[in-house]
Amino acid sequence: MNLLLSVLEQGLIYAVLALGVYITFRILDFPDMTVDSSFPLGAAVTALMIQAGIAPLLTLPVSMLAGALAGVLTGVIHVKLKVRDLLSGIIVMTGLYSVNLHVAGRANVQLFSFNTIFKNDMISALPAGIQPYAPVIILALITIIAKILMDAYLATRSGFLLRATGDNPTLVATLAKDAGMVKILGLSIANALVSLSGCIMCQYQRYFDISMGTGTLVLAVASVIVGTQLLRGLRFLRATTAVVLGSIIYKGCVALALDMGLSPFDLKLVTAALLLVIIVVGGHNRKKVKRHA
Amino acid sequence: MLELKNIVKIYQGGTVNETCLFNEFNLTIPDKQFVCVVGSNGSGKTSLLNIICGSIPIEDGAIIIGGKSITAMPEHKRLRRIGRVYQDPSRGTCPSMTILENMSMADNKGKPFNLMPCVNRKKADEYRAMLAQLGLGLEDKMGVMVGNLSGGQRQAMALLMSTMTPIEFLILDEHTAALDPKTAEIIMELTGKIVAQKQLTTIMVTHNLRYAVEYGDRLLMMHQGHLELDISGEKRKGLKVEHLLERFNAISIECGN
Repeated sequence: MNLLLSVLEQGLIYAVLALGVYITFRILDFPDMTVDSSFPLGAAVTALMIQAGIAPLLTLPVSMLAGALAGVLTGVIHVKLKVRDLLSGIIVMTGLYSVNLHVAGRANVQLFSFNTIFKNDMISALPAGIQPYAPVIILALITIIAKILMDAYLATRSGFLLRATGDNPTLVATLAKDAGMVKILGLSIANALVSLSGCIMCQYQRYFDISMGTGTLVLAVASVIVGTQLLRGLRFLRATTAVVLGSIIYKGCVALALDMGLSPFDLKLVTAALLLVIIVVGGHNRKKVKRHA
Repeated sequence: MLELKNIVKIYQGGTVNETCLFNEFNLTIPDKQFVCVVGSNGSGKTSLLNIICGSIPIEDGAIIIGGKSITAMPEHKRLRRIGRVYQDPSRGTCPSMTILENMSMADNKGKPFNLMPCVNRKKADEYRAMLAQLGLGLEDKMGVMVGNLSGGQRQAMALLMSTMTPIEFLILDEHTAALDPKTAEIIMELTGKIVAQKQLTTIMVTHNLRYAVEYGDRLLMMHQGHLELDISGEKRKGLKVEHLLERFNAISIECGN
């Protein structure tokens, strides 16, 4: 039961991350390495604010803003300075590492004695029977709101343009819009979500660690692919729902593997191998081929 | 009126492979004229269109619309009043969006792409009527992903989408070249109809000499970056495919192919 609960909780936290990466990886077709640093950026901002005694709820919008700025930076480097997509993400990722250290003040910050969105007077006032489920309820609420807002956004004119930019930049120009600006906008939204996920993670585990961002992109991409490939048959599911479910399924698989005796040492190796298998078998590359048909 | 003045376009400038395509190229197209452009590969037809749209930079010269220079204007701003259809049917539509979504998006050209919903269900019937005139059965497939349509269907949509909103110019870059003869015929008829209806200034590049003779009121034949032929008015009316072919062969022989 405890295992299930923690899988659900972590899956939901990473679902917000996966929603962000879905925008860059799937919609924009942009391998955005920024996320490896914008995830801990959200956590660093959160650690700073929580220590300063600022209301935990405020950390959510502020860390989103910080992430959005990181995304804009990557976008501007790519679009305006014409640096390759992967490289511009790596440049920002590397630079943000120092920024994160400055923001948090140290490589490790513990927040056990502070109030968070999961630990405050309001939650302590809940009946004892509900309290263990409070985190999962809060997380579900945040994730569902993020998902609904994203669905709504993708149906707007601006959202249509975002989808068109990844699909066919030529068409965006024919519609008299600058595809570069749309890319920058998409990167900022994506990294805002990634940072939000980092912010929640930081409050959930009640500490900030500078290395918590390592492998974020791979983890998110795995969730996106598990969701969109594995649940491909269920046509009634929206892509965003599939991504959320994918994140939970992925976390469940990892937890199960660890429970069955997989050494944490091998976790990344297994993840990488599994990702490769899913991409090849699932035929993620097909999208590109189809586009030129 | 669209004017190209003293256009200089050099490819691979500064290298041993430097080739000067246009040297002091001039062209004036009055409003509402339908210009057909023919010429062999590498004669500068597509470069001409790309220069007008701002898709490629030029070394010197000026592009003037209605007396105002647009030489420094970026591509997407120029395309506000230009509709463009490419040779490749996949460039004019979004494959992972439905027909309705594609049409809605095209309908929003020139308006802000803000947080308003993009699909207006009330307009679906209007789009359906537009699609019905194609006779390709697209009106019953509003919810189908455009990526699942055939090249001809996609090109027909691309043509409709690029001319939905008020524009002044229509740029057609061999837009029937990738289609089978029957579909090409449908697309050409539709093109003629739309141009006449909306009174658009049109530049159509084509390899089909018959279309070049049948459609439009001015014909340009390009060769190595200059105008080999420029026929309009009375002379244009008596023009036959054979005349064009003869001239075409003559310049090809000069080149050695």
